[in-house]
Amino acid sequence: MYEFEYHRPKKLADAVKLIKSKKEGKLMAGGMTLIPTMKQRLASPTDVIDLSGLGNSGVSVTKTKVTIKAGTTHAEVASSSDLKKAVPALAALAGMIGDPHVRHKGTIGGSVANADPAADYPSALLALNAKVVTDSRTIEADKFFKSLFETALRTNEIIKQIEFEIPARSAYSKFPNPASRYAMVGVFVADFGKKGVRVGVTGAKGSAYREKAMEKALTADFSADAIAKVKIKADDMNEDIHASAEYRAHLVGVMAKRAIAAAK
Amino acid sequence: MSDTGIGARMLRKEDHRFITGKGRYTDDINLPGQAVGYFLRSPHAHAEIKKIDIKKAEKAPGVLCVLTGEDAAADNIGGVICGWMIHSKDGSPMKAGPHPVLAQGKVRHVGDQVAVVVAHTMAQAKAAAEMINVTYKVLDANVDPVASQKRGTPQVHDVASKNTVFEWELGDKAATEAAFASAAHITSLDLVNNRLAPNAMEPRAAIGSYDEGEDHYTLYTTSQNPHVARLVISAFVGLAPEHKLRVIAPDVGGGFGSKIFIYAEEVVCLWASKRAGGVPVKWVADRSEAFLTDANGRDHVTKAELATDSNGRITGLRAKTIANMGAYLSTFASSVPTYLYATLLSGQYNIPAIYAEVDAVYTNTSPVDAYRGAGRPEATYVVERLMETAARELGMDPADFRAKNFVNSFPHQTPVIMCYDAGDYGASQKKAMEMIDYAGFEKRKAASARKGKLRGIGFSNYIEACGIAPSAAVGSLGAGVGLWESAEVRVNPVGTVEILTGSHSHGQGHETTFAQLVSDRLGIPADQVAIVHGDTDKVQFGMGTYGSRSGAVGMTAISKALDKIEAKAKKVAAHVMEASESDVEFKDGSFSVKGTDKKMAFGEVALSAYVAHKFPTSEIEPGLKEGAFHDPTNFTFPAGCHICELEVDADTGVTEIVDWVAVDDFGNVINPMIVEGQVHGGIAQGIGQALTEAVVYDEGGQLLTGSYMDYCMPRADNLPSFKLGFTKTECPSNPLGIKGCGEAGAIAAPAAVMNALTSALGVKDVPMPATPQNVWNAMAHLREAAE
Repeated sequence: MYEFEYHRPKKLADAVKLIKSKKEGKLMAGGMTLIPTMKQRLASPTDVIDLSGLGNSGVSVTKTKVTIKAGTTHAEVASSSDLKKAVPALAALAGMIGDPHVRHKGTIGGSVANADPAADYPSALLALNAKVVTDSRTIEADKFFKSLFETALRTNEIIKQIEFEIPARSAYSKFPNPASRYAMVGVFVADFGKKGVRVGVTGAKGSAYREKAMEKALTADFSADAIAKVKIKADDMNEDIHASAEYRAHLVGVMAKRAIAAAK
Repeated sequence: MSDTGIGARMLRKEDHRFITGKGRYTDDINLPGQAVGYFLRSPHAHAEIKKIDIKKAEKAPGVLCVLTGEDAAADNIGGVICGWMIHSKDGSPMKAGPHPVLAQGKVRHVGDQVAVVVAHTMAQAKAAAEMINVTYKVLDANVDPVASQKRGTPQVHDVASKNTVFEWELGDKAATEAAFASAAHITSLDLVNNRLAPNAMEPRAAIGSYDEGEDHYTLYTTSQNPHVARLVISAFVGLAPEHKLRVIAPDVGGGFGSKIFIYAEEVVCLWASKRAGGVPVKWVADRSEAFLTDANGRDHVTKAELATDSNGRITGLRAKTIANMGAYLSTFASSVPTYLYATLLSGQYNIPAIYAEVDAVYTNTSPVDAYRGAGRPEATYVVERLMETAARELGMDPADFRAKNFVNSFPHQTPVIMCYDAGDYGASQKKAMEMIDYAGFEKRKAASARKGKLRGIGFSNYIEACGIAPSAAVGSLGAGVGLWESAEVRVNPVGTVEILTGSHSHGQGHETTFAQLVSDRLGIPADQVAIVHGDTDKVQFGMGTYGSRSGAVGMTAISKALDKIEAKAKKVAAHVMEASESDVEFKDGSFSVKGTDKKMAFGEVALSAYVAHKFPTSEIEPGLKEGAFHDPTNFTFPAGCHICELEVDADTGVTEIVDWVAVDDFGNVINPMIVEGQVHGGIAQGIGQALTEAVVYDEGGQLLTGSYMDYCMPRADNLPSFKLGFTKTECPSNPLGIKGCGEAGAIAAPAAVMNALTSALGVKDVPMPATPQNVWNAMAHLREAAE
């Protein structure tokens, strides 16, 4: 690790001011990716602005809507009793991220902003048609995830919260990478009744994406059989020592079927 | 049986300090004025070093010195060596390329050490290392062992033409060919024994300290055998004679073989301490360095064949193996794919003719050497995969086929050197089959099928040769050292005991088991016994711990020294009790005179020996201290039967081990709890090899599995709850009747898993590790059949 200045502002405005004033500043929202990268000397920010001092955490659930503040840890999301009732799939997803240490330090805002292609949350945000609210605007999940580690966030833009409507039922089915236990393939299915079914997939491609052919089939008939004939193309799937593109494409189908069967 | 004697399930004495964080590992030791060493490592798998410019780095803040291979050559610092000579079929000695402590002229694998920076802090050392400018001419890399010997493959070492270290053979070629020529059936398998990273919990570390006043060096290091480290660093590296070098291996957090070897970093820390003016130099590997530089295990590619007659009897076995040695020959690398491997190709079976050929090759990868089991897991994998496959091809039950071919009378001379001394292979198999309810398997398979799961069962009837010794035998096979063990028993005047042993505990629990032996023999509680090990200034000499040898060899040396203690104490007791020595009996910790009520506790005799008031010191020397060296007459041959039962999720290729039975014959057992722990750990590592672990390099020699993000260690949820059973035939080659147990699980497990998996899938082979992807690929035939 190289030397750097550490800041922990108490107000969002101060965080914005700080990040804008530093030449090579980095925002830290948990640090679960940033710190290992810095330890390996692959990142060398002059300043680290830790957002944990903002007190911006908590899950709130109304009759129709869920709001999760950006600084909410995975453990808080996993254990929110309101969320477990409203969208149990998302609470379960958060409980599958990393290990207990990661879940108590890592935050939803940090995960979403980092946009790791194998992170769990992006699939949920897409399937839940979530809105990412920042210090300056609101971004639809569909427009948020651009590509590998790339989002619609502008330089120095800070996520405030994630919002979405409560689906009729949903489920997340994850096939973990045997080594890292990140999602090798993760499929989040959300059924919004008349508004249709949305299917978010993570781990399979450079960025989380929606499997629209499945959505169409499931909107007509929410059953595993309905997607039996949906062909998942391996063309632009990720490939590594753990899974070929073909195997990943196959797993998208299997995980989708399991999510459909588990949806509640 | 006392609470702390042989056979007691005594809790481990050392665990209090380990589980309360009070252990003292190399990194816990900090010497006054200590500096840190940081190694600049090669980013290339294969490259010529054109120039190393260290000028800027030397002047960087906090830097004490920067050293390169050129400096090592100028200071006559020799390279590290391979201590086991293997000769090729044509009689020529193996071709060992130079292994300088810092690269000279060339780097040969990613992570090869190029320079060391010694600085006051790690941040300063790393900053300075970034200022070192190395000009490389990058060369094509040779990564695939199978391609290594082909024309046009890049040459790793000039001395080894076609990257060939040796072409070795064992067994009777003509007899084996004749057996195959007349065979009723031949079973053939192409097997890859995957390369593994050892992953000891504590990474390697070293502190080198040079005392200018005494012209004396001290090395603290993570070693399984500190005396051998001292010997090599003295005799071959030439840093200092043995009396000027002290090697201390304090608490060591796991080794699995990877800490047997003498590594360049240890030498460099010592030498750099002198070059830095006597400042102690500490280096602690981080996990990334461990992945790049710890000697790996396994990495064999084998074509194996088994010949059988029309009655289902084995008539011959042959194997051709290519063994990947990596970029350099590590300390015992050459012995692993030869005498620790092919000598076990007879398994538990009567095989009249065996012939093995092993080509050892260099590649641009990290060195490969002994890893838990060392050669014997590879042999077991060959034999047991062949047995199961042959049984299937012959339409025989695998258990019946094995039973038909078991060795039943002992001693049994195999065609590949080993002479099995005792065993009852049928007893282990029978017990294991009962424990797993072998008869009920088909019912369970049908139940699994109803859940959409493919169920399989597989055996692995391993045998291994461990308690590695005897010296004359290993010497005749090429070992550069003898493999006896030493012990010294020091009885204090109050009757407490210190045992100095050349064995080295790095997780095995010697402080407990060795104390149990003493408790049993002297009738004193185990907590009155201290075990001293891991320091060349305290223990006179020893060969260290590996090859499951510390029980059979190390404890026997202690036992022999205890014999001498008892004999002398008897003499003292006879004088003190004014009796004839022949009338003195020693039992349950006290000396008594036959037919009288005269009695002395062991402690009283010890005190009498030291005060020396009541015996003629002209005949009996005062004090009570004895030593012994023990060199056994044979290896020990633990054997057993492991049965694995598993289910495969046909949709995803995920394998779940649902049941595991291990029935082992370790002879007499000192502490069943510790033995069971060893078996558990061994099986876990074996399952890791079968299902999750593999070191993978890309075509250019870059390591793709350089962290736990990609190198998959087995975890609790990959493992079933093991069911263990034991059978017993006492080992005749040591007085305690014990066999080694530390490696058995890792030796047995991979074949059991893969036999079960291939049975579930109905295929001949699945490559290890059988990751979900590999299993899914292996199920293509099932998907096609379904379509």
